[in-house]
Amino acid sequence: MARTVLSSATKEVIIGFDQPFVMIGERINPTGRKLLAAEMKEGNYDRVVADALAQVEAGAQMLDVNAGIPLADEPRILAEVVQLVQSVTDVPLCIDSSIIEALEAGLSVYKGRALVNSTTAEEEVMERVLPLVKKYDAAVVAISNDDTGISQDIDERFRIAKLIVERAQDHGIKKEDVVVDPLVMPIGAINQAGKDVFRFVRRLREELGVNTTCGASNIGFGLPNRHAINNSFLPMAACAGMTSAILNPLHEGLVPAIKAADTLNGVDPNCANWIKMFREPAPEGAGARGGRGGREGRRRRD
Amino acid sequence: MSDGEEIILRDLSDDDLVEQMKDDLYDGLADEVHEGTTILLERGWDANTVLSEALVEGMRIVGLDFRDGILFVPEVLQCAGAMKAGMELLRPILANSDSKASLGTYVIGTVKGDIHDIGKNLVGMMLEGAGFEVVDLGINNPVENYLAAIDKHNPAILGMSALLTTTMPYMGVVIEELDKRGILKNLPVMVGGAPLNQEFADAIGAHSYGRDAAMSAELAKALVGRNH
Repeated sequence: MARTVLSSATKEVIIGFDQPFVMIGERINPTGRKLLAAEMKEGNYDRVVADALAQVEAGAQMLDVNAGIPLADEPRILAEVVQLVQSVTDVPLCIDSSIIEALEAGLSVYKGRALVNSTTAEEEVMERVLPLVKKYDAAVVAISNDDTGISQDIDERFRIAKLIVERAQDHGIKKEDVVVDPLVMPIGAINQAGKDVFRFVRRLREELGVNTTCGASNIGFGLPNRHAINNSFLPMAACAGMTSAILNPLHEGLVPAIKAADTLNGVDPNCANWIKMFREPAPEGAGARGGRGGREGRRRRD
Repeated sequence: MSDGEEIILRDLSDDDLVEQMKDDLYDGLADEVHEGTTILLERGWDANTVLSEALVEGMRIVGLDFRDGILFVPEVLQCAGAMKAGMELLRPILANSDSKASLGTYVIGTVKGDIHDIGKNLVGMMLEGAGFEVVDLGINNPVENYLAAIDKHNPAILGMSALLTTTMPYMGVVIEELDKRGILKNLPVMVGGAPLNQEFADAIGAHSYGRDAAMSAELAKALVGRNH
C-alpha cells in the first residue's frame, strides 16, 4: 500500500490509499496571473504570503510553489518563495518548476521532505530530475507523457507511468515516493477525458500500486461554470482511487466536496473530520441544560 | 429545430440559404452545412464566394460569441467540424482555381521539447474559420521543421506555441534563426501559450502575442491587413 510521506520542519502529511485526500493548494503560481507575476519579479511577495495563508486556512494540507515567470531569475525567486512560505506556514510544499536549476534551488533551501513537481518520461528530463529527487530525499510527481506527446491511449500512458516508476527505482527512489499524474485533459476538447482518467487512475492504484495527483483545474477548461465541474470531478477521481490533487481550495464548494468524498470513501474514520468541520456550535449555555455542550473542552485524560 | 418546423434547404432562395447555413454552422450541424454547400455549388456559385459569404462569415459570428463567452469550446469544436464538412467540398475546387479567397497560409506548431497541443489546435481551428489555410506541424518542432514548412508553403504568418517556461525561450531561437536568414522581415511571427505574456513576446522579437484563440484569429487577420 503506497504511502508517500511529505514533511515540513514540524509537520508530516501522508498521501496514501488509506488517507484523506490531500489537497495541494495551486495558487502560488504566476502562470496566467499577471499581477502576481509582476510582483514576484520585483521581489514583492505580499500576495504570495496572503495566498499561502488563505489556502491553508481553507484546508490545503500542502502548497504548490511555482515561480515560472518569463524573463525572470526563476531559481532565485523560487528559493526565496520556498523559504518565505515555510516561514509563515507549516504545511509541506510541492516545489514546481520545469527548470532543473530552479528545482535544485528550491530543494536546497527546503526544510523537510518535499514533493518535486515534476518529471515526465522524456529521457533527458528523467535523467536530470530523478538524481535530484534522490539527492534531496524527496518524492516526485511523474507525468505520464514522453517526448512523443500525450497519448490518448490509456494502455500507452500506463506503460509510460510504469517506465518512470522503474527508472526512479533504478535511481534508488522507492515506488511509494513516485506520485503519478495521469494528465487530466479538458473534457471540453476531449470528451471522454474524464472517463479515461478514472479508468487510468484505478489501474495505477490496483496494478502499479502508486499514489496519484493531478492538476485539477484543467478539466473544465473552456466550459461555463467550470468550478462546478471540478467539484464533481475530484470526488469521482477520489472514488476511482486518486489520492491527491493540485487545486484551488478557495473555490466555493470544493473543500466540502472533497471532505464528503473522504467520508464516503472510508478514509475519515468515524466521520470525525467531517463532523469537526460542520458541527454547529453549541447554543449559549447548552452545558447548563445537563449536557457537556460538545466534545471540546474536555478534561485531559492521562 | 426548436420550433419543430422542417426546413427544406433546396426550397430556400440563395440569400435565405446562406443565412440558414450560417445558423447551421453556428449550431454545429455538419450534414446541413455540407448539403448547403452542395446546393450553392449546384446553383453555379463560385467556390470562393461560398467560402467567404457562408462559411467564413458564419465562423466570424461564431468567433465573436466565443470571444464574448457566449459559446464554449465544445460548441466551437462542433462549429469547426461543420465548417470542415463544407470545406471538404470546396477544397478540391479551390486548389484548382487561381483566384483565392484565402487570407493565405498560416504555419503553426508547438516548439521543440513541448508536447502540448490543445491550445494550438484551438487557434488553428479559429484561423481556418477566419479563412486561413492552416498547415499544422504538430508538437515538438525543432527550428528545421519551421524552416522546411516556410520553404514549402510560403506562409503569410508563422505561429508558435509553448506551454512551459522551459520551452518558450525556444521561440526566440526560431525567431533569431529566421532573422539571420533574412526571412523575418517578410514573415510576421505570432506566439502564444499559457506562460507567455506581451513582455516576453516583445523581448524575443515576435510581431504579435495571441492571448487566446479568438484573439489570435483577429490579430492574424490584422497582420495580413484583413481586419473587419
